[in-house]
This record gives sequence, structure tokens and C-alpha cells, in this order.
Amino acid sequence: MNSTVPVAPPSHEDLDAWFDQRFEEKMKQREAAHTPSMTLIATKGTLDMAYPPFILASTAAALGWEVSVFFTFYGLSLLKKDLDLKVTPLGNPAMPMKLPEGPTWLQGKELPIPTSVMSLIPGFEGMATSMMRKTMSKKGIAPIEELRSLCIEAEVRLIACQMTVDLFEYGKDEFIPEIEEWVGAASFLPRALTADVNLFV
Amino acid sequence: MSENTQTLDARNQNCPLPILRTRKAIAGLQIGGILEVLATDPGSVKDLDAFCSQTGHEMLSSKEKDGEFHFRIRKA
Repeated sequence: MNSTVPVAPPSHEDLDAWFDQRFEEKMKQREAAHTPSMTLIATKGTLDMAYPPFILASTAAALGWEVSVFFTFYGLSLLKKDLDLKVTPLGNPAMPMKLPEGPTWLQGKELPIPTSVMSLIPGFEGMATSMMRKTMSKKGIAPIEELRSLCIEAEVRLIACQMTVDLFEYGKDEFIPEIEEWVGAASFLPRALTADVNLFV
Repeated sequence: MSENTQTLDARNQNCPLPILRTRKAIAGLQIGGILEVLATDPGSVKDLDAFCSQTGHEMLSSKEKDGEFHFRIRKA
């Protein structure tokens, strides 16, 4: 009769060491196979506040991330066919008021008047907007229209808030056709739940 | 210069344009192809490094000369 030598069960220490090693390997595999994802909520419709969502979305897409942006309230106007975005110095005390052109001694100098006072001058908003646009184009900052098309090209998913359209009585034909869907918070949140990065702008 | 090398002029463009243009130019290359990027945005030095480490492309060299930045990236 063959007698078999009984094999001692592995010790706890051996099991732990084996598990730790396998766990690390598995986690590395999962990490390598994982596509990062980001969801943004864009709520502002001014020229200055249009930049953060479009810059973050287009850059994340360039890094290979999956990106969705939910446009709600004033942020919805960033999806209009005709973008007519403005910037206001009112309530923006940190906004530097510098002339983009004019005499060299004056260029780049901050105007010594509080932004809240400047805002009271009729037509000042239009002037501030055109000054901002001029400064941006001089510094090689992309216009919002261009960043938005780069987002569309990079397959950033543009999601529009249905409630906002009803609230402000917009017509859906005022918006770009690339909008993926018109939904509410309940449809957006499950997407945010599984995303690695969630930002509110 | 081999025919596998392309040049992207991203000078006088600011964040995030150099990254977005790089992504687009690299998409048009074959694997192993090399993209040379010219930029003036000082932020592009760290941003293109981050771009490479996220996307797996290889930064072969990153140099500065007279306020211009010159990068060579190999497509993975």
C-alpha cells in the first residue's frame, strides 16, 4: 500500500504573502486597463467662465479620458449656435482692467478705478468684453468657438439640461446639433457616480 | 529627417492649444512615428510631459532655446 505524505496546509503568513502579491498584480492590471473619466457641470454663461469647462474637457479628452459635460442654467447658453458671450466687471473685483492696446506707457497698466464703479458707465460691459477678446487673441488663447469644436471633435459628450430650456423658454433649434441628449439631474448623476473626476463650474 | 517625422508648429498658442494640436497630430502618425513640436507657451513643458505619461507616448527630448521649446515625441 502506498502511503502518501500528508501535505501541511499553507500557513497564514504564506497565504497573506501570496494574496498581497496577487492583489498588487491584479490592481496594476486593472489600473492599466482603466480609462479615466470626468464629468463637469457648467452653470455659467459668461465669456470668462466659459473657459474652465471647455479647457478642462478638451484637455482631458486629449489625455484619452472619457468626458461628459452637463450644461445647466446660464451654462446652457454655451451650447447656442450663435455664441454671444460677454464678460462683466460687475461683481468681479479681481478682474484686471488693462488696456490691450493704445500708447505703450498705458498698455498693461491697471486702471485705478474699482470694477464696480466702472460697471456703472453705460456701454462699459461691451467695452470690457471687446478688451478681453482682444487681450485673449493677442496672447494666443483660443476663442470659445474653437475650444468647443475641439471638444466635439474629441468626442466630449455634451449634455443639455431639459429643465433650463423649459424655464427660459428657449427653442431647441437655437442650439448646436451635436448635443447628445436633453436630460435632467436624475440621468446625469449615475454618470457622475462612476466618473473619476467630478467638477462643478 | 526621415519621412516618419512630422513637425507641429504650436508657437504663439496658449494652453490648452499646444496639447490639443499635439493629440491631433499624433493621431495622424503611424506607431513609432515621431512628432516634433515647437511651442512658446512655458506651460507646455510640464503639460506635454503629463500628456506623454497619461497617453503612453514617449518624450524623446525636450529643449529650450531662445524662449522657444522644442519637443520630440514618439507615438506608442
